[in-house]
Amino acid sequence: MTTTTAAPPPTTSGASKPPAAKRDPQRHGRLAALLLAPTFVVLALVIVYPLISAIRESLYKKSDELDENGFLPKGETFVGVKNYTDMFSGDTGDRFWNAFWNTSFFTVTTLFFEILIGVSMALVMHHALRGKGLVRASILVPWAIPTAVSAVMWQFIFRADGVANEILHSQILWTTEGFQAKLAVVIADVWKTAPFVGLLVLAGLQIIPNDVYEAARVDGASGWKQFWRITLPLVKPALLVAILFRGLDALRIFDLPYVMIGKRKESVETLSMLAQDEASNLNIGPAAAYALVLFVYVAVVAYAFVKLLGADILGEARTRTKEIKERKARVATA
Amino acid sequence: MIGKASVRGAALLAVAAMALAGCGDSGSDDSSGGQSGALEGRGPIKFATGKDTSGNMQKLVDEWNTKHADQKVTITELPESADDQRDALVRNAQAQSKEYTILNLDVVWTAEFAANQWVVQLPEDQFDLENFLEPAANTAKYRDKLYAVPVYSDGGLLYYRKDLLTAAGINDAPKTWDEMQEDCTKVKGLAGNQGLGCYAGQFDKYEGLTCNFSEAIQSAGGSVLDKSGKPTVDTKEAKDGLTFLADGLKSGEIPQAAVTYQEEDGRRAFQDGTLIFHRNWPYVYAKASATDGSSKVNGKFDIAPLPGKSGPGVSTLGGHNFAISQFAENKATALDFIKFFTSEESEKSNLLATSQAPTRANLYDDADLVKQFPYLTTLKESILNAVPRPQAVKYNEVTAAIQEAAYSAMNGKSSVDDALKDLQSKLESLTTQ
Repeated sequence: MTTTTAAPPPTTSGASKPPAAKRDPQRHGRLAALLLAPTFVVLALVIVYPLISAIRESLYKKSDELDENGFLPKGETFVGVKNYTDMFSGDTGDRFWNAFWNTSFFTVTTLFFEILIGVSMALVMHHALRGKGLVRASILVPWAIPTAVSAVMWQFIFRADGVANEILHSQILWTTEGFQAKLAVVIADVWKTAPFVGLLVLAGLQIIPNDVYEAARVDGASGWKQFWRITLPLVKPALLVAILFRGLDALRIFDLPYVMIGKRKESVETLSMLAQDEASNLNIGPAAAYALVLFVYVAVVAYAFVKLLGADILGEARTRTKEIKERKARVATA
Repeated sequence: MIGKASVRGAALLAVAAMALAGCGDSGSDDSSGGQSGALEGRGPIKFATGKDTSGNMQKLVDEWNTKHADQKVTITELPESADDQRDALVRNAQAQSKEYTILNLDVVWTAEFAANQWVVQLPEDQFDLENFLEPAANTAKYRDKLYAVPVYSDGGLLYYRKDLLTAAGINDAPKTWDEMQEDCTKVKGLAGNQGLGCYAGQFDKYEGLTCNFSEAIQSAGGSVLDKSGKPTVDTKEAKDGLTFLADGLKSGEIPQAAVTYQEEDGRRAFQDGTLIFHRNWPYVYAKASATDGSSKVNGKFDIAPLPGKSGPGVSTLGGHNFAISQFAENKATALDFIKFFTSEESEKSNLLATSQAPTRANLYDDADLVKQFPYLTTLKESILNAVPRPQAVKYNEVTAAIQEAAYSAMNGKSSVDDALKDLQSKLESLTTQ
């Protein structure tokens, strides 16, 4: 049963929002807010509080002047933005920019290879006729192994007298400073996460209806053209989500270079390793500053991904919200 | 209906409240200094230590527990790597937790833990320190006050292939670097020995590099920090020490792969017979003498004190001390347990079970023990002449600076002079007291 309600009289203040009762007669919004409140509290505790705490911590620094008994004073002193300005200048500045470059280099290279290998894996898995389940399960094994464990494993492989040098008939010192250390980290990382990208892309591939391909075949399109013109555009949403997740993960890379190559090695030191090094020296203020700079870097990249590349993480929910808004606007102005 | 504005307002309030809460608790005052004399309280205690593969620690703890049922000791095992152990102990101290009572500290952590007042001063008159090896006892002191008791010691030894040297007509181990180089040339001159590496230590960028670097400088007559704690790495002796390592790598006397070696890698290389001389800790003796086939050099090697530039070398002092946490209860029990663990019987049992160097001097002169562990006499000599690594409060950063300088000079990334000049200025800023 529908009731036609007369449009509310426009108020003299020019407000265009109808009163609450008209907007939401069944009070869905309030119930929704109440039910979501516990989740928001947990999120605030686990995400917002540490963030605020880190921001506060980065404005302080521990004093390291010994008193006359040889003891260190307790507590911290307020130093404002000194931790940040110190970070960009002098020796620490060189170390910071080196870590920044390493982080970016690892992200871009690992992403590139993971996409290449991941998409190929996904295509293979999609068209595999026999043992589909077994292939898909076994391809995820590298992803399932904890990163630190696979780092130790790859360290064995890349030892001076290890398997890698045996196979290549070379005597490359993989874990010493130099480009080979970067290469070792990239190889280990791609091995570990290409399957993850592959699985996400596989999910996207399975949504593409078969008749599109049939139509293309009828029109005489070659395999490559089919891939380029049909598969890739239709799998784009899933692929972009995979790239977004992997990209943000790669920016935070820590355990692989730390365990496989070692601490404080200039060729592979990343921003996370820098923050951890400072924290282990009990310089919590500077460590918090490094962590926050990394946080800003990751946030900027994520924003760029979502806005520029259109990675649609909200998907349907966003279009639905837009439709609801438009409908309400039309009701209000009708 | 909860309006948008009120939701936003509530969120802002919550965030502000959390920020204010965060402001309140920096610098909690704990004004008790690390003075001794407050060691009271008896009851069960926890003993935080790294992994004990021999099982002897547990045996000693059980022995104590049967005699003191109301003051039971429980072992809490910490991670295996020294860095992870330090992280665990530091976290415990920063939380001012009563969790750990006795801390098993590496010899280089005494200054840091004492200056941060994480461990209590111990009554020196209750320990017979004159019966302990002097260098070991000195590592347990901070500003001449006793903060820990030495339990295990360690010194570097030179392992050498006795069979190869005898075949080349050499009867004694080399005492200087030049002699070692000559011996290598003679050995490599014999048929089939061309592929052997001359010498290797621990040269990866980690704590072992600090040990080897300090040894090289000390064996050339210099020091990393002088007696008053001032850095002295820009001296001619320091340059000689670092040049020995850097030139060795350049000329091939030290195999290229050695820059990736930690203790186990070097031991494996020596056991596989690819090294003539090898610097390592005493634990390698038992492993290299294994008769189960894992060691190709069983019966073919011997040990000697480290060689130096113009005479015998100076080893780095390793080892562990036991300290009592500032924030624990039952400190009196802890003190008695430490006395029990460092008694002559306990240390002898430790030596027999783990072959780790004890800290009581008379154990090295015991005839039966020397027969069982032939390296004891050489080891005692090595420890008595050993020099500890820099005893700095900010040891973590000091060792990082040393590793940076040594690694870059040895890999040819910077010249020895530049590396040492850099290191000197970094150490000066880190050790200003």
